[in-house]
Amino acid sequence: MTRFVVRRLFSMVLVLFAISVLTFLIFQVIPNGDPAQRMAGRLSTPETVAAIRRTWGFDDPLWQQYLTTMKKIFTGEVISYTQQVNVLDQIWQNLPATLSLAIGAGIIWFVMGVLFGVLSALRAGRFTDRALTVAALVGVSTPVFLLGAVALYFLAFKVQLFPNGGYVPLTQDPLDWLYHMILPWLVLSVLFIGIYSRVLRSNLLDAMSEDYVRTARAKGISERRVLLRHVLRNSLIPIVALWSLDFAAVIGGGAILTESVFNLQGVGQYAAESIAQLDVPPVMVVVMLGAFFVVILSAITDVLFALLDPRIRLSG
Amino acid sequence: MATVDSTVRVGAPAAPGADATAGLSPYRLGLRRLRRNKAALAFGALFLLIVVLCLCAPLYADHVAQTTPNANHVTDTVVVDGVRTDVVSPTGQPIGPTWQGRFLLGADQNGRDIAVRLLYGGRNSLEVGFLATLLTMTLATIVGIVAGYFRGFVDGVLARVLDLIWAYPVVLLGIALGTALALGGITIGPLHLQGNSLLVPAFIIGIVYIPYVAKPIRGQVLRLREQEFVDAARVGGAGPLRIMWSEILPNVSSTIVVFVPLMVANAILLEAALSYLGAGVQPPNPSWGTMISDGIRLIPSAMHMTFVPGAMLVLAVLGINVFGDGVRDALDPRARVRLEEHAQEASR
Repeated sequence: MTRFVVRRLFSMVLVLFAISVLTFLIFQVIPNGDPAQRMAGRLSTPETVAAIRRTWGFDDPLWQQYLTTMKKIFTGEVISYTQQVNVLDQIWQNLPATLSLAIGAGIIWFVMGVLFGVLSALRAGRFTDRALTVAALVGVSTPVFLLGAVALYFLAFKVQLFPNGGYVPLTQDPLDWLYHMILPWLVLSVLFIGIYSRVLRSNLLDAMSEDYVRTARAKGISERRVLLRHVLRNSLIPIVALWSLDFAAVIGGGAILTESVFNLQGVGQYAAESIAQLDVPPVMVVVMLGAFFVVILSAITDVLFALLDPRIRLSG
Repeated sequence: MATVDSTVRVGAPAAPGADATAGLSPYRLGLRRLRRNKAALAFGALFLLIVVLCLCAPLYADHVAQTTPNANHVTDTVVVDGVRTDVVSPTGQPIGPTWQGRFLLGADQNGRDIAVRLLYGGRNSLEVGFLATLLTMTLATIVGIVAGYFRGFVDGVLARVLDLIWAYPVVLLGIALGTALALGGITIGPLHLQGNSLLVPAFIIGIVYIPYVAKPIRGQVLRLREQEFVDAARVGGAGPLRIMWSEILPNVSSTIVVFVPLMVANAILLEAALSYLGAGVQPPNPSWGTMISDGIRLIPSAMHMTFVPGAMLVLAVLGINVFGDGVRDALDPRARVRLEEHAQEASR
């Protein structure tokens, strides 16, 4: 078991390292992307540009620049190029909005996804199942920014039921926070509900042909009880694993589109705006943060599953 | 649970006239199952119709709308119901759907014909979708088969690279690459891509989705390589290349076929997302994604600018998704391929 954990941790660190190098390199190869030139502005003298280069260390060899950036990230001193403010402070400010989005939407999409998945499997092949399948496919076929924009148009502009985007901190006014978050939660959840309900449905139907299900049936337990008590428990494991990864990705700024459409000023929106300005440090930090959450949570789930199920440990 | 399905009948001697499934290839069986799935066929036809419509874009532009996708008609007027109307009003309000030849579905804020842009944009969106899928499927198949067949060190390296792309947030990787490449283009060997080329988003999307296809293929190859027919080929003197090409590849082909429609759907969605964030198809080139993102800013005053390309996008993706779902049910009844688990999250 210890070996499994150590190996998992080691590969986690490796992936994180590679991601940081990759992000750094992508922005280094951009032509016309000289940050010193952009910082100095259009009407700058070559001397100013050279001076900026020297102070920011843009003349150093690449590996040294990489090390400096990483050191700054870990000591919390990393500064953005365009606004020249501390990136970690900035992310710290944006994190509450992203967390609010992730937690609320995460609960909604898990509960609804499981509910629809079970309902679909219970009524497999019948009208309810077909209707839910069509709804799920429409859900996964609609881009979230389109859904968000349409929802805002009808529910915030035509009928003024919800506010037109924006974020209100929970600590400032809990009711207003809820009022602002409901629409983003629902819109972000639609896609995931579609995915989860379909994955759970096919997992459930797959498991119905297992031996332990036959045993349970042979004992005379009702079909509904077999599904809910015996099959659902096992089929939920991959759903929980999936959920933890998706949840981590949303916390790490993965819900860029939702955050942008509703102007939530979250971490993802910050990253998107920084990319547009070719501002490397914030992008580096957000990408690493996102990858960090994803990698950590997937490692935790792997280890937890290995604890629960010895078969995984042996084959892993 | 006592349903009458084909498996019940397999062991029994085929009665004359009954449909004998014995001896038919998996693809024949799959085709037969697909043909029975009317919903999948209908949605497949819908997607095909959209593809054909988009291919006819130049005909529509020349003969019906009499304009080009990027032609600017801000100062022009058009006769609607006998009344001469500005294409774009002095206050900047573009005309809505006229339901006639010119400006059938209205104009955008630059006075461009939405219907013409919709068809040309569809060509771009579909082209990006198909090219990206081609790239993903080719590379993922090679990587999956090679990693699964050789195992050991090769597999270790390839698996780490796949993990890397996997752990990288899809949309962030897309915008980072998109922004970088849109500025300067890219040179791969003898091939140079301009920053505004359609191949740039296709290239990015193609790369981003490789792990989602390569991982399941690798898993399947790991099991296949232990089978007797592979041993037999090896004993017969076949080298690794020959085994991979003529023994392994045919056995993963149904997985590949199942993935194609679902990947096209996801590639179109990711193109729209990247274009919405300014890192996909570059203006003034139209695509469904760029048109939606143009429209969203003006949604209260000119909602047709968003709804028209939005509806087209959803219909096309829904069509191919339902069709792909049918293909999977037909070829892969035990549902080994589970694309949903990750790939569709790009459109968060």
